[in-house]
Amino acid sequence: MGRIVGGVGLSHVPSVGPVVDRNRTQEPAWKPLFDAYVPVREWLAQLKPDVAIVIYNDHAADFGFDKYPTFALGVAESYAIGDEGFGTRPLPQVQGDLDLAIHLSEALVCEHEFDLTLCQEIAVEHGFLVPMNLCFPHGQGQDEMSGWPVRAIPLQVNVVQHPLPTARRCYKLGEAIRAAVSSYPKDINVVVMGTGGMSHQLQGRRFGYINEKFDHWFLDRLESDPEGLAGITHQKIMEEAGAEAVELIMWLTMRGAARGKRVHRHYYAPMTTGMGLITFED
Amino acid sequence: MLRPIPDTSIFDLRLSLRGRRLNKLCAALCSPQEREAFKRDEDAFMSKFGLNETEKALIRQRDFRGLIEAGTNIYYLLKIGSVTGNGLYRMGAQMRGETYEEFLATRRLKDAV
Repeated sequence: MGRIVGGVGLSHVPSVGPVVDRNRTQEPAWKPLFDAYVPVREWLAQLKPDVAIVIYNDHAADFGFDKYPTFALGVAESYAIGDEGFGTRPLPQVQGDLDLAIHLSEALVCEHEFDLTLCQEIAVEHGFLVPMNLCFPHGQGQDEMSGWPVRAIPLQVNVVQHPLPTARRCYKLGEAIRAAVSSYPKDINVVVMGTGGMSHQLQGRRFGYINEKFDHWFLDRLESDPEGLAGITHQKIMEEAGAEAVELIMWLTMRGAARGKRVHRHYYAPMTTGMGLITFED
Repeated sequence: MLRPIPDTSIFDLRLSLRGRRLNKLCAALCSPQEREAFKRDEDAFMSKFGLNETEKALIRQRDFRGLIEAGTNIYYLLKIGSVTGNGLYRMGAQMRGETYEEFLATRRLKDAV
């Protein structure tokens, strides 16, 4: 039987990518962030997940507005590293778990009535790769043994072009993922990662807006009352935490899937984004 | 339905449709060959994507605030920024009506770039 062993909510700030690639993680501005992930990586190494389901949004790298899915699930053997306009990062491609992805597709579409777009190719970019970088070490090989230590399934959510799915819908999708993983016949351990946020705004005169108080409130509620938090509106998130903070609805998908007690929590807001981290052990 | 939020652009379908040509141009910049083509001949590149004169002028003037108002999605705008040597914070400073230095001075830890 499939089992969700943990959940991680974390920001996917793009500047983390070059910082990792150029070995700058110990610089004073970045050390606090990477230090916070040391215990998380140890915890994940102990949990030994076989698969990570990564709930993220593409940033105009591989998904275009000509046909834009609300929820898109990867159903591929592997996922290429995308070029989002700044070159392709030197990372090993990501090994998928095709059997689990097909099972999730069947269960989510037919049993739980989530009409997903199913993608045979996805080139993943910072929304997906920064969380992978923060949580898992990787080699340079292309296979599971020498590349990333975990297989992964991307679940891409529209948090960019309104109308977006509601926070409640995202939460329910998480609950459905939990049920779908439990009905998987193979014994595998799954970790679910909800990425993006926290407070930030990248356009308009309010560029650079951060609301630390909101971010801490969101972390508190995500831990103590996710069901209630799922009632939050896009309007409230965007007004109080910045337009791009609406990515936080993807953390609710993670929390719908992962229950149990909170293990880690961290917050760091040096520049233009509240970088949050919270984990749950199921 | 979302209510307007001060000093904030809400990227909805109407804005997305308005910015369609601009966003298509930016999507092409996800390829190194196309980035080279843009750098080689910006005007030819803009014509290839059918930009109108107003849109072309916004790109020529590196008017990032104007480009957002014309429907360029922020994540697409980053690709024009990159190919023209304007990182996110430079674009952001312009959108705030500040110099880059003025913007950095508002940050807690300006080395985290």
